[in-house]
Amino acid sequence: MLELNDVSLEVGGHIHLYPTNLSLGAEGFNTLLGDTLSGKTSLLRLMAGLTRPSKGRVKFDGADVTGLAVQKRNVAMVYQQFINYPNLSVWENIASPLRVAGLKIDEIKRRVSSIAELLKLTPYLDRQPSQLSGGQQQRAAIARALVKECKLVLLDEPFANLDYKLRESLRDELPRLLADRGAIVVYATTEPSEALQLGGLVATLFEGRVTQFGPSSSLYRFPRDLRTAQILSDPPINIAPGKKIGSRLELTASVGWELGHAHTNLPEGDIYVGLRPHHVLPENLGRGVSIEGRVRISVVSGSESVIRFETDSMLWVSNSQGLKRFDVGETTSFWLDIDRAMYFRPDGSQIALD
Amino acid sequence: MARIRLQDLAHSYHPNPSDDRDWALRGVDFVWDDGGAFALLGPSGCGKTTLLNLISGLLRPTKGRIVFDEQDVTMLEPRVRNIAQVFQFPVVYDTMTVYENLAFPLRNRGVQPEVVDRRVRSVASALGLDASLNNRARALTADAKQKISLGRGLVRQDVSAILFDEPLTVIDPHLKWRLRSELKALHQQSPFTMIYVTHDQTEALTFADQVVVMNEGEVIQIGTPAALFDRPNHTFVGHFIGSPGMNLLPVSVDQAGVVRFEGYAIQNSSQGSGENLAAKGLQIGVRPEFVRLQREGIPVNLVRVIDAGHMRILEFRHGEHSIKMVLSESSAIPDRTPYFLGFEPNRAHLYADGWIVA
Amino acid sequence: MKTENPKAWFLVLPVVVLVAFNAVIPLMAVVNYSVQETFGNNEFFFEGVKWFREVMTSQRFRDALSRQIFFTSIILLIEIPLGVIIALAMPHRGWGVSVCLVLMAMPLLIPWNVVGAIWNIFALPDIGLLGHSLNKLGWDYNYTRQPIAAWFTLVAMDVWHWTSLVVLLCYAALTAIPDAYYQAARIDGASRWAVFRRIQLPKMKRVLIIAVLLRFMDSFMIYTEAVVLTGGGPGNSTTLLSIDLVKIALGQFDLGPAAAMSLIYFLIILLLSWIFYAVMTRDELE
Repeated sequence: MLELNDVSLEVGGHIHLYPTNLSLGAEGFNTLLGDTLSGKTSLLRLMAGLTRPSKGRVKFDGADVTGLAVQKRNVAMVYQQFINYPNLSVWENIASPLRVAGLKIDEIKRRVSSIAELLKLTPYLDRQPSQLSGGQQQRAAIARALVKECKLVLLDEPFANLDYKLRESLRDELPRLLADRGAIVVYATTEPSEALQLGGLVATLFEGRVTQFGPSSSLYRFPRDLRTAQILSDPPINIAPGKKIGSRLELTASVGWELGHAHTNLPEGDIYVGLRPHHVLPENLGRGVSIEGRVRISVVSGSESVIRFETDSMLWVSNSQGLKRFDVGETTSFWLDIDRAMYFRPDGSQIALD
Repeated sequence: MARIRLQDLAHSYHPNPSDDRDWALRGVDFVWDDGGAFALLGPSGCGKTTLLNLISGLLRPTKGRIVFDEQDVTMLEPRVRNIAQVFQFPVVYDTMTVYENLAFPLRNRGVQPEVVDRRVRSVASALGLDASLNNRARALTADAKQKISLGRGLVRQDVSAILFDEPLTVIDPHLKWRLRSELKALHQQSPFTMIYVTHDQTEALTFADQVVVMNEGEVIQIGTPAALFDRPNHTFVGHFIGSPGMNLLPVSVDQAGVVRFEGYAIQNSSQGSGENLAAKGLQIGVRPEFVRLQREGIPVNLVRVIDAGHMRILEFRHGEHSIKMVLSESSAIPDRTPYFLGFEPNRAHLYADGWIVA
Repeated sequence: MKTENPKAWFLVLPVVVLVAFNAVIPLMAVVNYSVQETFGNNEFFFEGVKWFREVMTSQRFRDALSRQIFFTSIILLIEIPLGVIIALAMPHRGWGVSVCLVLMAMPLLIPWNVVGAIWNIFALPDIGLLGHSLNKLGWDYNYTRQPIAAWFTLVAMDVWHWTSLVVLLCYAALTAIPDAYYQAARIDGASRWAVFRRIQLPKMKRVLIIAVLLRFMDSFMIYTEAVVLTGGGPGNSTTLLSIDLVKIALGQFDLGPAAAMSLIYFLIILLLSWIFYAVMTRDELE
């Protein structure tokens, strides 16, 4: 169990991380999701011990490791750039942490060959990293990280420099590789779809703060605030300003709906309505509310259609199955599946429904 | 410019290419019509950037010709080809302001200052850069810099094609989406031909009217996103397009002409009995979107369920073969085991040695 | 690195001791001498700023200083542009790279007094290749007798010796520029000059600052090669500051004025270096 108690990081007057509390366990992935400057790398470096927190303590399995040098910790890290020793063979690369640890040569051979087998590197063991493809180099880096059998494995956007399809397949493999090791895995990424597909627990980060931490499905369906909903969504979530008047929610003068008894705790006045793009559809659902919009962009990608349309107050994104083409400038009706709508107060916090 | 014609185009970076592997691009031959949005899609090393650089003139081809309209431009320098290129990493001239950056290509061509001013301001407003015209280009964010790179191409009146070499590589995901939409909108409003190189199939499919799928220096298939999705000519296209990619299962065709996977009937082969197909490696390709649970069919175990937000990916296994299925968020996963899978009729294609059969 | 590691201090201690003995303590000794007068017999009398005043008002010092400034200015004006031009001409790929790098590195590897000796002989009007050729071509060249010829030879020697440093620094910066910049410039239709001015020069800026700073400091302190080449002559026409300083300190054994002059010398270099650096990096701060 890795615990961060009130850790914060301030460098030269600039706050990289606000006081953060996190408990990370070894079941499943722990994903840090956020933009480039949101604080993911700072958080990873704090966990590894490469940076010391300005305030707060870091505890591993109950022991306070805050001041402990990283060489003494049982931690492995994989970076975005494929970091391998360029003049050593792949075998030597993977063996290097074991040599440093002073293991016997037989043990080293055994471990290296088993991890190479797992990562499909066996045919490449005597090559140099520069002779491998990007994906293979990254596998070698992962092998080197895993061979130590550490209790904490940190991955900082490890597949960001790889092709889309390669990324997809490695991401599929990774949970299988890391399962059953009893290690705490922390994976940083900027892609919401990765965070969702890896499953496990997700911490959404924004400008140095963790906005929410919990199971990926829960964060997706019940985000605590507007910011979390926006971070964990691709294409971006639709956020429409509306007003609650009595028992109705009004988006515009002509578009509104009755709020059922489940929504009695919504405060009067300004409310933000959040609808994910796949809940805004160009076909009649038989339920929900319809809205007229002028099409700005209409795109068909494989089996899905993405349409951007505007109403008088804002730009919406609709994501539907099947191939639907519209002309730019055409005005057509869209249906909002309001059963799936999320409501947020003006300050951004989510309003839980009874 | 109405058409871009590539005639038997091939390129090798070696001075004396001996075998196939020395060629980065092998025998590309097709025509692009005016004003469309095209994507060159493929994994790293497939030759797409080489092809782009040949079209823009940064490279001279080892073999073949490039023709813009009726003019053979194969040996012409980039500056006279009426093209603009946006690169992977934002290229801006650090010492100049945004205005000066946009004006640079025009000033190099000796355009009058009033015309320069008019063009720069109109392009800046189309790209949303007007507020930062007087700022140092160096200080802007990555996506603003890419817009400047794009603007330098748009500002020239003689430009008829804009080439993009994986331009969103350094951009954050949510900005990526916005920039992609803006590029699409830009294309819908303007007469330029746009050619977009990427390894990201989502980018290619959302941007382009026609996608050229490449692998190892060759063009595998050209088609609209829908066509590539519905009927991939090669298993590579089936795998590369769509997320997740196409399921591929080894099959055989029996005497009656029925395609069978591990003995289970899937569909009737249009090639009649299996005799003329027997020697080749036969596979059936079916997209996860067209797999469904049935009362009888291929028996499988459910191995994993991935919640991807708006859809769920179910991974089934039959023996050592894995079959993926996509379900929308609202569909429930039936609880009844054992599971049997089937495929929607006419959505599964037969492949022999990778290529589609009839 | 913010992790605690008290052992690090022990590793630094030997270096601290070394620097203290070699630099700090001798410097303090010099300061000590600069404010005292001695008549021999190890007797010292405190004189305050007398030596400083004497040095600053001495014509000899001012002459040496102006010669030095003149020398450094010429050096910078020649070596920096020449270095940039050569760096631009060097290839980035292929076997030519190694050849060029070795050629450029060679002048820097020769011990400085050997450099002086080489040029001393090379420029001799009767048996030196350069001297003899120049005289053959019609010029009346004799650096041991003519101040102008001496200056010419001194500058030529320094350019030969040190331009390579500028070249190597600039070359390193140039090879770091990604190809995409040049490609974009080709498409933008930029002329060769525009490519230099808009892409290459800005990317070399930091390196050029270092190069100018290094050349300024080194040429201001030049001693060995100059002394071996001309000995400060003919007469005192090439007596630069450091040469003059040594004459006073070791030749005349006037410790007081020599120490004062050293300190003034040191402060001048410090001041001018700081001005150079501040002026050149003010852009970076914006």
